[in-house]
Amino acid sequence: MQKQRGSTKAVTSATQSVRSSMTSTPFTRALEHLGADQLVEYYRQMMLIRRFEEKCQEMYTRSKIGGFLHLYVGEEATGVGAISNLQPQDHVFTHYRDHGHAIARGLDINPLMAELFGKDTGCSRGMGGSMHFADVTKNFWGGYAIVGSHLLLADGVALQCKMQKTNGVVMVFFGDGATNGGEFYEALNFAQLWKLPVVFVCENNLFAMGTPLEVHSSVTEIYRKANAFDMKSMRIDGNDLLGVREQVGEAVEHARSGKGPVLVEAMTYRFRGHSAQDTQKYRTKEDVEKHRSADPLEAYRKLLIDEEICPASRLDAIDVQIDAEVDASVEFADNSPVPGNEWLTDAGIYAAPLETQTVDPTLV
Amino acid sequence: MAILTVREALQQALHEAMQDERVFIIGEDIGHYGSTYGVTAGFLEKYGPERIRDAPIAEAGILGLATGAAMAGMRPIAEIMSVNFSLLAFDIIINHAAKIYSMFGGKFSVPLVMRTTNGWTQLSATHSQSFDAMFAYIPGLKVVAPATPADMKGMFRAAMADPDPVIFIEHTLMYGIKGEVPDGDYIVPIGKSVLAREGRHLTVVTYSRMVHLSLQAAELLAQEGIEVEVVDLRTLRPLDMSVALESFKKTNHAVVVTEDWQSYGTSAEIATRLYEAGFDYLDAPIQRVNFREVPMPYAKNLELQVVVTTERIVAAIKKVLNRS
Ligand SMILES: Cc1ncc(C[n+]2csc(CCOP(=O)(O)OP(=O)(O)O)c2C)c(N)n1
Ligand SMILES: [Mg+2]
Repeated sequence: MQKQRGSTKAVTSATQSVRSSMTSTPFTRALEHLGADQLVEYYRQMMLIRRFEEKCQEMYTRSKIGGFLHLYVGEEATGVGAISNLQPQDHVFTHYRDHGHAIARGLDINPLMAELFGKDTGCSRGMGGSMHFADVTKNFWGGYAIVGSHLLLADGVALQCKMQKTNGVVMVFFGDGATNGGEFYEALNFAQLWKLPVVFVCENNLFAMGTPLEVHSSVTEIYRKANAFDMKSMRIDGNDLLGVREQVGEAVEHARSGKGPVLVEAMTYRFRGHSAQDTQKYRTKEDVEKHRSADPLEAYRKLLIDEEICPASRLDAIDVQIDAEVDASVEFADNSPVPGNEWLTDAGIYAAPLETQTVDPTLV
Repeated sequence: MAILTVREALQQALHEAMQDERVFIIGEDIGHYGSTYGVTAGFLEKYGPERIRDAPIAEAGILGLATGAAMAGMRPIAEIMSVNFSLLAFDIIINHAAKIYSMFGGKFSVPLVMRTTNGWTQLSATHSQSFDAMFAYIPGLKVVAPATPADMKGMFRAAMADPDPVIFIEHTLMYGIKGEVPDGDYIVPIGKSVLAREGRHLTVVTYSRMVHLSLQAAELLAQEGIEVEVVDLRTLRPLDMSVALESFKKTNHAVVVTEDWQSYGTSAEIATRLYEAGFDYLDAPIQRVNFREVPMPYAKNLELQVVVTTERIVAAIKKVLNRS
């Protein structure tokens, strides 16, 4: 069992600061290895995700955005912490709740907002919407809307990494609800059997849509599901950004070193409904409030201030800057053209011919 | 007679079905969540978790368990939230549920009802499909797709009484549609089509949500003096073409409207049946109105061009009648 966020609280409320106490924690180690600016950068990423999604909700209400909208609000520390370990040659797969992972992987928010608006300048040209963000230049292979299936695609990319010796690692995100379908077990077995460099990150937010964890899964400690495959696994506090970073970092190194995949279960909570349509009958307001009061973003902000990494005034300035960026993304999306009718032709369904140079010229 | 929505009619039918102790419902988010489209709202509270089984996200599992339970004497209702997710259960549905009766020499059958939904609303490529033709392709399955609240209730009852696996196709954009529903015991047999509107110039053959759009098109054309007859097939397998052919012999013109892709889709079978049995009565080539053949785009401007609209139906009818 890994360190829980409660311990972070204990540290920050102590009269002695973490630094002066000399105890080694994820925080002190991160500060030492990364420096203060990088710690502030993680704050910026989490806040950017938060504000971007709050704007999404607003735009959804105003019917600028259609379809399903699954928000990541409350779960930002997991995505930012986990993805912070990845190198450019690494890969990301995720599910339909994909805004946070995309932003953490460094996708520009203008094409993301444009995607939500169904515009040609969207990251998927307006064809995919909220559930299908992708950017191949960042090895961000997309959000997938069929629960569980993308785990196998992630294995496939990991197979490419292994066979072509790219030194790349694949990180794939999914929910607790995705660990009950056959694809999950197929993906874990393949990955362990062939020692594929995959880090499976299960974001356990205690519900699959509106079905509680204990109603949908015989084993509620999801990380133990890896035991059946002799796979390394861990359960971590997904709301403690620096803890996530460090522990998932170990998993990434394990996978990169050729020792095989790792299943990480990150405990977290979504503050909003499953999607914008959810009436949330399945949980009480009190429960949600309880989790909201332990907001990982607020906790991290407090840590940065208390530990004198960054004064509140500078964080406020970052927030203001983010608001401007988010507003600009709306303007960008609003002013972008809609996708053209070529998508309704064969050219929109079938790719151009593959390069022919490897083909025997006598055959062409 | 009461005026009910499709949702309410289905609720009545499901409550009625639950009177049989052998009946249970298995599916995702049917209980605690309160039901994705509200049909089973309140059922968990009323019947308890033994019979209202919130299932893990495991479509093969849901259909597999339902098939086994049905073989052994239960009367399961398996709910697949969206037909797009049924793909994960196709092995169970096609290799197992549809085959078992015949393959084991007719010694036992699979009295199973699978409820599922078609639909679209900017949900993009994997969440906006119709697999009506893929189910209807399979001997051993029965496939129904009612259009009205009354038929929802009556055909659900027929499905529950059926000894074989029935795929019961609903539509997310139809739950709010209202209509008269007979009280009490009311059954509409599987495999019987019906006239939804009388006319004399042209026959529209359709089913499910497209019945409503076709009726709107007929209404519009009536103002121009074009009288369109609308046939609601209601069942895709076994397919009853008798009403459509009768109508076609009278009108000599036909348009087939289905909310799926055209090539190899349901309209291909329906139009072929018209050509095969109605060739001598044909005055003009049959037109088909369907989804454009692309994965559904998210962008609204494109989605609206892919789906079937009343305007497209009107245009097809005019084309067949050589009117502009
Ligand atoms: C195969 C499949 N079945 C059902 C659904 C409908 N669905 C979408 S999300 C979801 C719940 C997923 O829960 P979880 O994996 O815990 O992820 P979370 O949404 O909580 O992040 C369901 C049932 C789907 N998209 N795909
Ligand atoms: Mg979940």
